[in-house]
Amino acid sequence: KTENVSNMHKENTGDAPSAHTPRVRHHRKRNTDVVAGAGKPNGSHLLVNDSSKYKSFLVRAYSTVWMIGGFALIVYLGHLYITAMVVVIQIFMARELFNLLRKTHEDKQLPGFRLLNWHFFFTAMLFVYGRILSQRLVNTVTPDKVLYRLVTSLIKYHMAICYSLYISGFVWFILTLKKKMYKYQFSQYAWTHMILIVVFTQSSFTVANIFEGIFWLLFLLPASLIVINDIFAYICGFFFGRTPLIKLSPKKTWEGFIGASITTMISAFLLADIMGRFLWLTCPREDLSTGWLQCDPGPLFKQETHALPGWISNWLPWKEIYVLPVQWHALCLGLFASIIAPFGGFFASGFKRAFKVKDFGDSIPGHGGITDRMDCQMVMAVFAYIYHQSFVVPESLSVDKLLDQIITNLTLEEQQALFMKLGQVLQEKVIGS
Amino acid sequence: AMEKDLNQNSPRIRKIRDNSYPPNTPTSRMNNNNQRDNHPNSPRDYNYSPSSPTARLRWRNRSNEIPAEVKRGNASNVRNLLLGDKNKYRSMWIRTCSSLWMLGGVFFIIYMGHLYIWAMVVGIQIFMAKELFFLLRRAHEERRLPGFRLLNWHFFFTAMLFVYGRILQQQLVNTVSSDRFIYKLVSGLIKYQMVICYFLYIAGFMWFILTLKKKMYKYQFGQYAWTHMILIVVFTQSSFTVANIFEGIFWFLLPAALIAMNDVAAYFFGFYFGKTPLIKLSPKKTWEGFIGASVATTISAFLFANVLGQFQWLTCPRKDLSTGWLHCDPGPLFRPEYYPLPTWIASFSPWKAISILPVQWHAFSLGLFASVIAPFGGFFASGFKRAFKIKDFGDSIPGHGGFTDRMDCQMVMAIFAYIYIQSFIVHQDYSVEMILDHISRSLGHEEQKMLYAKLGDILRHKLQGGF
Repeated sequence: KTENVSNMHKENTGDAPSAHTPRVRHHRKRNTDVVAGAGKPNGSHLLVNDSSKYKSFLVRAYSTVWMIGGFALIVYLGHLYITAMVVVIQIFMARELFNLLRKTHEDKQLPGFRLLNWHFFFTAMLFVYGRILSQRLVNTVTPDKVLYRLVTSLIKYHMAICYSLYISGFVWFILTLKKKMYKYQFSQYAWTHMILIVVFTQSSFTVANIFEGIFWLLFLLPASLIVINDIFAYICGFFFGRTPLIKLSPKKTWEGFIGASITTMISAFLLADIMGRFLWLTCPREDLSTGWLQCDPGPLFKQETHALPGWISNWLPWKEIYVLPVQWHALCLGLFASIIAPFGGFFASGFKRAFKVKDFGDSIPGHGGITDRMDCQMVMAVFAYIYHQSFVVPESLSVDKLLDQIITNLTLEEQQALFMKLGQVLQEKVIGS
Repeated sequence: AMEKDLNQNSPRIRKIRDNSYPPNTPTSRMNNNNQRDNHPNSPRDYNYSPSSPTARLRWRNRSNEIPAEVKRGNASNVRNLLLGDKNKYRSMWIRTCSSLWMLGGVFFIIYMGHLYIWAMVVGIQIFMAKELFFLLRRAHEERRLPGFRLLNWHFFFTAMLFVYGRILQQQLVNTVSSDRFIYKLVSGLIKYQMVICYFLYIAGFMWFILTLKKKMYKYQFGQYAWTHMILIVVFTQSSFTVANIFEGIFWFLLPAALIAMNDVAAYFFGFYFGKTPLIKLSPKKTWEGFIGASVATTISAFLFANVLGQFQWLTCPRKDLSTGWLHCDPGPLFRPEYYPLPTWIASFSPWKAISILPVQWHAFSLGLFASVIAPFGGFFASGFKRAFKIKDFGDSIPGHGGFTDRMDCQMVMAIFAYIYIQSFIVHQDYSVEMILDHISRSLGHEEQKMLYAKLGDILRHKLQGGF
């Protein structure tokens, strides 16, 4: 009972972003809306029986609306701004996670250790974005001669540069090992690596998704599906939630889960139809410019007509439905988003329980830190990229690798010469056969 | 923490506690003397059977050469150096024996070929992973979590599929290009390789979450993170090693030989000249050993490269997974260039000009890295063992510890070698004809058309952007 009372007290006053020090909170209830009515042992964790949930609902709704609004604005502005947003989110996530298991006592004895974290962060950023954006970077700086040479050589020696940076961090780490603090330092080192892997895997896949191709299918749609899944799970649990889903997250319910799954899949199907009609969202971006895009979207966006089976068409005015093939892909994405992506959330919950942390941070009122919001997004971004590579665009890796080699190693004149010669060779083959 | 689950009163444990670091006080030094007189080498060999988990609890004196300096017992610096060690000859003999065996085994495998070397790397990897998985596992918690070891191996299998699928893609396709059905199967597998690996990983991830048990969350998350770190460490270096192998055995053999050479030379220089300690982490390393080994390694890199570069078996890349002999044009790096000696040398030596393979200059930088930076891999491993209070990663190799102990410097070197090769060696000689030739050789007709179309798009885009 005292725990419940202290919950209420903390959630009503202590979640303002100014309360920074109690970041390690010791009670396990995850979020602001789980305030148990005193004296109800079993149903105490479910939202249905919650009396002050409406207030926390308002706080959450308010910050949700702001986030969605900001997101929509950035999407409108374009690919480059979205990448910038992803980078900023990444920096905040890394900062939250770096701070999480740091112990201030040991840290005072190790000056410059935090700097090492950021050194590795910078190296990872250079490596990841260098690889992904190298092609686009080369395409952007073609006109200017000197810059072109500089950029191509940077790209050619990109791996060597990143490796030297990493090794210097590694050597620095070893030279600063202090007696009696070995274990702390090694744990921090491992922790830094794990954080950087988690943060950069998902953001690199996200950025690759943004530039790679069907922008909305790879980036907007998965992100929206996760948000929709979250919101509908909350709403369905709010109204119908009775059976707990998993011990890790006591406020999730089976009703919420299933309701959200169905809603997510339906909305995936419909959203794909709506979004597919905008060229701005569909064309791949070949360079780092910010202008409008024109392209031929390809066969995925040509409407196919499916005749409805007789028994449905008897009662509906429509005889057939128009379906873009891309909508079936969206359905798969929706399925994944509702069934498997929540496991990212369970992982984060389990992690917080294991290390007795209430939230990863407190940047967003009502929601916790940025990592709390991004936990499911991470799993989804990776899946969207892999799905796209494997099922949507049948590309051959060797062609891309060769193309990369050609672009980075030959000058423009040589590329044109190659192009003409290749054309001749292909013509000969066609004529010959 | 590791002593928690042991019976504190057993005589074996008492011995460990008596002998534990730091042996600075006179009483503990005496105890060390007593113990060491009876068991001149690592007590690990004589007091415990290697299979019992208690044998893993070793105190910090790293390996065999340390024991008897304790007898001299004055300055703590000198005590740790090899110079005054009576029993070091015996430990050197054991180390030499096992080194020779390992060396012989490696030569044999190299003779057999690329595929067998790959198999050897995979075998070493499995042993390393096994050692490391075992290391921070606590027997007590393990009993309450059935199937957790299986999860580790599931992730290991997934990583193996992912890494080798990517690296050996081209080779695999080239091997099966004869048979239509298998070709389709293999190229289908390759195309969906990422999806398959991803789903295997996600299955492991979900399995992990569903088996989280209350009150064991912290242990389980720790194990999960530990598994990932182990797999990253083990697979990064082995994947780069395998990529190097198929580029040419030379690129695998030379870095590995340099590391071994550096180790052996450091040992011998320290043995005879070692006085000034190098770093607090590894008290038996000395500046004399370090510098002597650096010089020896860079010189021998230069010479090894000349010797090894003359064998086509070692310098030709392997394009598929066959095991036969290789013939190829090794490229300009391996064609000897002749430099006439300056006249004052030429007058008294029989040779008028020396022939140098251009690859020897590259070998020089590899040697430099192997002697200056790669030892930090060893320091890292030493620091790690001190931090977690373990003596060795395992005990598979007598006199040397486990596989991870041998591979710690190799790991850093393998990654450097791969990156060096990709940046500075491969693709040095690009020309339009070469690429055209490459295209017609490795791409099918459909793919060539795709390449043509894409190249056309890019060039058109560039030309438009320039106006």
